[in-house]
Amino acid sequence: MGDHHHGPAKGVTRWLFTTNHKDIGTMYLWFSFAMFLLGGFFAMVIRAELFQPGMQLVEPAFFNQMTTLHGLIMVFGAIMPSFVGLANWLIPMMIGAPDMALPRMNNWSFWILPPAFLMLASTLFMEGGAPAFGWTFYAPLSTTYAPPSVTFFIFAIHILGVSSIMGSINIIATVMNMRAPGMTYMKMPLFVWTWLITAFLLVAVMPVLAGAVTMMLMDIHFGTSFFSAAGGGDPVLFQHIFWFFGHPEVYIIILPAFGVVSQIIPAFSRKPLFGYASMVYATASIAFLSFIVWAHHMYTVGMPVAGELFFMYATMLIAVPTGVKVFNWITTMWRGALSFETPMLFCIGFLVLFTLGGFTGLMLSIAPADFQYHDTYFVVAHFHYVMVAGAVFSMTAAIYYWLPKWCGRMYSESMGKTHFWISFIGFNITFFPQHFVGLAGMPRRIPDYALQFADFNMMSSIGAFIYGASQLLFLYNVIATIVAGKRVSEEKVWDGAEGLEWTVATPAPYHTFEEPPAVPKPAGTI
Amino acid sequence: MGRVFSTAALALFAPLAGAENQVNMSPGVTEIGANIFELHMLIMWICVVIGVLVFGAMFYSIYAHRQSKGHQASQFHESTRVEVAWTVVPFLILVAMAFPATSTLLEVYDNDASELDILITGYQWKWKYEYLDESGETVSFFSNLATPQEEIYNTRNKGENYLLEVDEPLVIPTNTKVRFLITANDVIHSWWVPEIAVKRDAIPGFINEAWTRVPEEGIYRGQCTELCGAYHGFMPVEVHAVSRDDFDNWIAAKRGIAAVQTALAEQTLSVDELMDQGKRVYGAACLACHGAGGEGGVGKAIAGSPVVLGDIAAHMALVANGVSGTAMQAFGAQLSAVDMAAVLTYQRNAFGNNTGDVVQPGDVTGAKNG
Amino acid sequence: MPGLRLSKAPATDTALKLSAVAVLMFAFVFVVMVPLYNVLCDALGINGKTSGQAYISAPIAVDTSRQVTVQFVAVNNDDMPWSFAPDARVMRVHPGAANGTVFHAANPTNLPMVAQAIPSISPSRAAAYFHKTECFCFDQQALAGNATADMALQFIVDQDLPDDIHTITLSYTLFNITGTAQDRLAAL
Repeated sequence: MGDHHHGPAKGVTRWLFTTNHKDIGTMYLWFSFAMFLLGGFFAMVIRAELFQPGMQLVEPAFFNQMTTLHGLIMVFGAIMPSFVGLANWLIPMMIGAPDMALPRMNNWSFWILPPAFLMLASTLFMEGGAPAFGWTFYAPLSTTYAPPSVTFFIFAIHILGVSSIMGSINIIATVMNMRAPGMTYMKMPLFVWTWLITAFLLVAVMPVLAGAVTMMLMDIHFGTSFFSAAGGGDPVLFQHIFWFFGHPEVYIIILPAFGVVSQIIPAFSRKPLFGYASMVYATASIAFLSFIVWAHHMYTVGMPVAGELFFMYATMLIAVPTGVKVFNWITTMWRGALSFETPMLFCIGFLVLFTLGGFTGLMLSIAPADFQYHDTYFVVAHFHYVMVAGAVFSMTAAIYYWLPKWCGRMYSESMGKTHFWISFIGFNITFFPQHFVGLAGMPRRIPDYALQFADFNMMSSIGAFIYGASQLLFLYNVIATIVAGKRVSEEKVWDGAEGLEWTVATPAPYHTFEEPPAVPKPAGTI
Repeated sequence: MGRVFSTAALALFAPLAGAENQVNMSPGVTEIGANIFELHMLIMWICVVIGVLVFGAMFYSIYAHRQSKGHQASQFHESTRVEVAWTVVPFLILVAMAFPATSTLLEVYDNDASELDILITGYQWKWKYEYLDESGETVSFFSNLATPQEEIYNTRNKGENYLLEVDEPLVIPTNTKVRFLITANDVIHSWWVPEIAVKRDAIPGFINEAWTRVPEEGIYRGQCTELCGAYHGFMPVEVHAVSRDDFDNWIAAKRGIAAVQTALAEQTLSVDELMDQGKRVYGAACLACHGAGGEGGVGKAIAGSPVVLGDIAAHMALVANGVSGTAMQAFGAQLSAVDMAAVLTYQRNAFGNNTGDVVQPGDVTGAKNG
Repeated sequence: MPGLRLSKAPATDTALKLSAVAVLMFAFVFVVMVPLYNVLCDALGINGKTSGQAYISAPIAVDTSRQVTVQFVAVNNDDMPWSFAPDARVMRVHPGAANGTVFHAANPTNLPMVAQAIPSISPSRAAAYFHKTECFCFDQQALAGNATADMALQFIVDQDLPDDIHTITLSYTLFNITGTAQDRLAAL
């Protein structure tokens, strides 16, 4: 084959037309960070209004638009694309492949995202305002009673779904077909495993979301009655379909985060991941179980008791493989030689705080108790612990860990540590009190609250401003690193790091593994 | 600034009991609420114990196995025995948890005969309560947020029960099994009173049931717990549990009021009476959408409205029958003849409208009967 | 799917198969989830859904040892200004016996309207044991301005109703479907 490669093209068209997995990964990561800041800005509006009882800054209808868009943008614009970006950068290098299996589809997968989010954000300026029915958009609030912008919301969701499905197909095709010789499935890094399983989940359930919003579209515009009792339909059907997607969706969010943590903890423990095979099986079990627990989001909807019991037992069961993973991570650290650079700090933060979120998840799974927790701030606290202190901390760890490999420059460790501590403290000040107000009776999605909730809400808002500010520090650190960070040239940037991506030059060349590598046998893997 | 510091201090010394800064669920006043609370505490303590063990091990490792301390890394990386152990033991703990969880859930779903049935309908944005009785005048009324807009918009100090007070509470007798039949008029709502541990979604077109038996007299407050539109946070629930005797008197009076309304409907009321009552009705039923000054918002402006300034019968018909396909509900069934007459009079004379028109309850009943 | 190749290039082959899965999952929502939900609701009475079809009953002995309270509730949905109420709010019946009542509807507006009554039963377990031999469930009822109508309901409570159910509540929610049922108005 001719050796005709050149470096990247020049100018804007490089980015528009690139099929290079590193470029596409970079675009996903920057896009997701921009979305994270936008979604975070909406959160600041929410917390500013909730700083004190009374309506001070926004009207209730606009507040609902903020909560809705905050959820949609964070889930679909920040978290999911960020992990796809990581997948793009890392999977080919981790399996010794030159690029993703379908590079042109890869380009499309990314480029349909900015227009979709532009459309979603533009609904703020439409007559009737942006969607205000929560990121879970239950019918008939989201159908019969929705503002005109709901149609654009539906189109945006369709486009996001297509992007995710294409991205997942690409990941599966890459992992199944392009591993270097000798890289058997059970030799793959856990990050690749978790993404492979996540990608199957995505292919299975994103179409279900598409089905749900299509049915909404039909009810709104074409006279059907899927979700309207008047025509023989049922609003509860919407909830079943949505959560059949929605529950696997939260595992889609967290499994790649698990994969990241499984790479970083061994590196800074200088010890192989404990129980590799168990970790693979546990991830697969979580994925299977995620399909049969959806109605634990619907315990108060009036389900017959047999249904409630089934979903309660199945949900409680998910604690088992999740617990196995936490035990395995800690055992990986046990008797290692631990050091606490920024990536490791974020992973330890993940371990503690995600597990706390897991505990409140277990509490929520208990159906009769959930009658008192459902739709309160206790639930809000739970999912922010697992999604922010879980997925976002993991993503942050990933950036600190791999950025030096990607750009050949080291970030400022002291700024990184500062970022960690401010994030950790700010996050907990924001969300720990929300457990209290939820248990004390404060519902979610309200712009104003009774006086007994005031002090904890003020605390939570202060925490949010602190946490938000620390993300700007992170942004500064990342840019300063790329532009003027201390140069790194060792292939193994971190002495404990293992994996094929640490065998290529630093910074990683534009094309890597054009010839498949010899797959080494790292200590301790099967 | 002072508030910020005192809040920080509170964080350190927050009392565990008491309504303000409550950190835990309340066991409430019912047996089932107490059972739910016990279950909640049991699961929480199990999690605390597990957390202490697991994080204890991790923090020990962070301390003792630091590279900077010179600790050398071992290379062990698997153990089937250990994997089996920490799969089986958590599984057994979960099985143990499932027993009390199941029995408490079965109590929630109890269908035994009730002594009093109440139909609860969620509206945007208020509740309607209807006492289902075999015969006699049905007692049915709306329960609106009573907190004044001035408190919400910070021009007046907030009262003790800010956002948790209503004009017409739900009254139930103590020590009586009360069955709630819950539905909704428009979108999904959810009826929740934490201290009696009842929460059930209100779904338009469908009926859900829940039950309670309240042993202790008292006032119990809750809120809507399903996002239902702009004023989701402004439709509280207030339940008064009173003695059987007090309840009987109350409901007899309510039935009597219905009769009195019928009598009042035959009277002629003064302009002042109509305007006063009209302002009250406007505040409860119209203000949220039409504005405190009739300036409009979600709904059209009342000030200068051609409908309000035009033919009285047409104005009345619109308020009574609503406007199909919009947020304007049919208020005919929601307002008594007196209230309807009052609010029409108020709208026609307030906000600079000054038509000088007066609508009497008799005009309303006359229109209703065709 | 071993053996079935959709393309020579392995990656494309994988991609095409996965795309098929995605399409199938989209179809799954409409073709499986919706009908399955309706079937399960009908069979298990979930959500108190009760079918609109008239029940054909065979004569069978009435169980006089037991009384079940049947409660009727009439609810107007948003946008529905009709007066709508049952004759009898409560009936005490024996399982196996045929009973009935009438719901009165009146259109107080001057305009013709069309309504649809949606039934719901509580507790949902009871739905499978409450047989309507004649009902106006899901019927589109047109009423001219200021007109009234009487809508009949005939029912039998099954003898096999579980012992722990003493009260069955049947609610009808009346929806305004004038906008989508214009053809019904022509019949007036």
